[in-house]
Amino acid sequence: MKKNILWRILFIGFTILIAVVFFLPNTPLFKYMPEWWKKSMPNKGIILGLDLQGGLHLVFEVEGDKAVETSTDRYVYLIKDMLTKKKIQAEVKRNGLNVEISPSSPEIASAVKDGYPILDTVSSGQALVLKISDKEATRMKDSAVDQALETIRNRIDQFGVSEPTIHRQGDNEIVVQLPGVKDPKRAIELVGRTAQLEFKLVDDESPIAAQLPQAVQPGDEEKVLAQAADKIPDGDEILFEKKVNRETGAAIKIPILLKKQAALTGNLLSEAKVSLDSRFSEPYVSISFNAEGAKLFDEVTAANVKKRLAIILDNTIYSAPVIQERISGGNAQITGSFSMEEAKDLSIVLKAGALPAPLKMLQNVTVGPSLGEDSIQAGTMAGIIGTVAVIIFMIIYYKLSGVVADLALVLNIVLLFGAMASLNATLTLPGIAGVILAIGMAVDSNVLMFERIRDELRTGKTPRSAVDSGYHKAFWTIFDAHVTTLIAAAVLFQFGTGPIKGFAVTLSLGVLINLYTALIGTKTVFDLINSRRDVKKLSI
Amino acid sequence: MLEIIRNTNIDFMGKRKFAFVFSGILSIIGIIAIIQVANGRANLGIDFAGGTAIQLKFTQPVELHAVRKALEEGGIKDFDLQDFPAVNKVLIRVKKSEQQLGKSADIITGIISQKLPNNQYVVDSTTEIGPKVGGRLRADAAQAVGLMTVGILIYIAIRFKLNFAVGATIATFHDVLAVLGIFFLLGREINLILITALLTIAGYSLTDTVVVFDRIRENLKARLKDPVETVMNSSINEVLSRTIVTSFTVLLTSIALFFFGGEVIHDFSLAMIMGVIVGTYSSIFVASPVVLLWRGKKPLGKK
Repeated sequence: MKKNILWRILFIGFTILIAVVFFLPNTPLFKYMPEWWKKSMPNKGIILGLDLQGGLHLVFEVEGDKAVETSTDRYVYLIKDMLTKKKIQAEVKRNGLNVEISPSSPEIASAVKDGYPILDTVSSGQALVLKISDKEATRMKDSAVDQALETIRNRIDQFGVSEPTIHRQGDNEIVVQLPGVKDPKRAIELVGRTAQLEFKLVDDESPIAAQLPQAVQPGDEEKVLAQAADKIPDGDEILFEKKVNRETGAAIKIPILLKKQAALTGNLLSEAKVSLDSRFSEPYVSISFNAEGAKLFDEVTAANVKKRLAIILDNTIYSAPVIQERISGGNAQITGSFSMEEAKDLSIVLKAGALPAPLKMLQNVTVGPSLGEDSIQAGTMAGIIGTVAVIIFMIIYYKLSGVVADLALVLNIVLLFGAMASLNATLTLPGIAGVILAIGMAVDSNVLMFERIRDELRTGKTPRSAVDSGYHKAFWTIFDAHVTTLIAAAVLFQFGTGPIKGFAVTLSLGVLINLYTALIGTKTVFDLINSRRDVKKLSI
Repeated sequence: MLEIIRNTNIDFMGKRKFAFVFSGILSIIGIIAIIQVANGRANLGIDFAGGTAIQLKFTQPVELHAVRKALEEGGIKDFDLQDFPAVNKVLIRVKKSEQQLGKSADIITGIISQKLPNNQYVVDSTTEIGPKVGGRLRADAAQAVGLMTVGILIYIAIRFKLNFAVGATIATFHDVLAVLGIFFLLGREINLILITALLTIAGYSLTDTVVVFDRIRENLKARLKDPVETVMNSSINEVLSRTIVTSFTVLLTSIALFFFGGEVIHDFSLAMIMGVIVGTYSSIFVASPVVLLWRGKKPLGKK
């Protein structure tokens, strides 16, 4: 019997030691540990959730339809080109996700079928209506999500966030978690912008160009577009350049008529970096094309000297300078009264590449660092007060046995934090609530046992046999009671988002550890007391 | 031996008519709350309804009506405010905003900066939830409650008999409905945190019920000759003190959370406090009477 108790005490001591080792990284003491310890011993500990350390939790939907739309646009262009080469007269346009060719002819139908087997025929007759096959569209959407994920990862890497979490969720969603970000707005902008860089020729020759208003106030763009809607030449479009007055900061929008087909796009970039303008010491982004891009750029500039080339990012014109001469080096500049930060972010998104489709924000949870600190403080306070209240109550109600229960409670808390640290679990604010509730529930098992022991003592049993049979009888009650809480925790874990998952984790760990401390910890102490001498009276 | 309650002999089962009426009313309020929630007529949190919530921490004390006036003048509609005067914090919630996500928060902070220029603030937190996510979270919550019910039924049916499982499930549902109903009546927000609390309450209230059932089962085996009602009554009396003591310790920690845990989990703690009280009541007055009602003709003693 005695040997048995000694082993159990050693075992409990051992578990405490392990818990402390795992939890050490979360204490200030970890700093003073020797190097080898920091390297080879557990060094991560409990991770603070976004709600406690501050940061961003974003959920985006990848608008895959837009990727299919862009692709459809490309087929419209290719088919047009093919028909022109074959000298066939027909109008080709995109309508939604369909390609419409009118008037149709068997010749066109067979040419398209041979050239673009990827397109399914929706209907034929007066007009031939085609669309990208469902299978292919699904593949495109799917790969758009993967590409977007990769691009976002690159952007975040260059932006410099420690331990970001970026993952796919469901069919078309991307979850981005950025802990400890100081400037949430900037981060959202960086992740969410499409960053589609395009170079398009300005169509100054069309008579419509001269009829466009010089400049409009921001917000009036729709009006200009509505007025010009039916006058825009085929293959042209109107986009706006934003100009900001350096002194007043007032913005105006200048409508510009452009060739719809981009002469060059950002996917041919090899480098983008921030440079400083020598005159205004204003930052701008200088870009370099890769070999293919440089060749194209050379051709485009050579063929269009004295015309204007607009530099467009996400459908906003940044500048539309006149091509003075042929540019062969493959270098260009993007100016636009940027702040240093804006220029830096722009260079990052250009380097990381454009998103294959626009992102739509579904959810944004941003927690400032001060709230996290407040929450930790409040949680700690509530935890200490709750624990002390329970400890005092147990001592008053169960006297010395209460002290035993309190020891088990402390053991419970130590092991709970140790277990969380060993799993590198994430502690969230609801998680702290879970810990505190687990503290309240931890003494439940002891209460159940003590009441049982009291029952047994009332029937006139000796303390030792009262303890033994009390434990024995209370065991299944305690077991059942814990399992029910575990069922609740499992359901919560299954259903919850981050913070609630944290709650489920702490609650279930708390319950499991509680079984251990109650059934092994408290019992050992009682056995120890009973084994010392012949106990006549139990303080319970 | 310090004892709160000793050798009681209260006729709990005899009071079941009163309990059924009282619990019936609580449950009906809860059911009404669920119907209203389903129809979107309850005070749904933005996590379910979609919308924007911003919590601002001001450097100086801030008057709620000043914030209200500023937002109204700024053209924000359908918002509500909650303040935490002790820490100069204000929570602004705008529901079902038409604005594109990412914009509405900026608009609100813009208005506050402009209209209350003398009181500096930091943004504690921003939550923007689109309608799609809101709908999904609602569905998830409903699914979680369903899963929970099935889990409880199965476990109790395995460990006890089916009538006990029904009693335990009804008592648990009663607790969840009661707390939800009270929250609804108080006009408090029904959100993800509340659902978390409700599921936790379900798990915990079951603990209390299991303690009572365990003793009933034990006594039924030992006292085969006594009427079931008498056995139930004395079992409840026997475990009364532990039922109350275990609930009391959890109540202590819930109260600590309520007063000191900070504004984010304030409602969670409130729900827990209510849940612990209602759960204790139901394990005494609801669970066993339901088993009695449901027992049919077979003896309960055997398993």
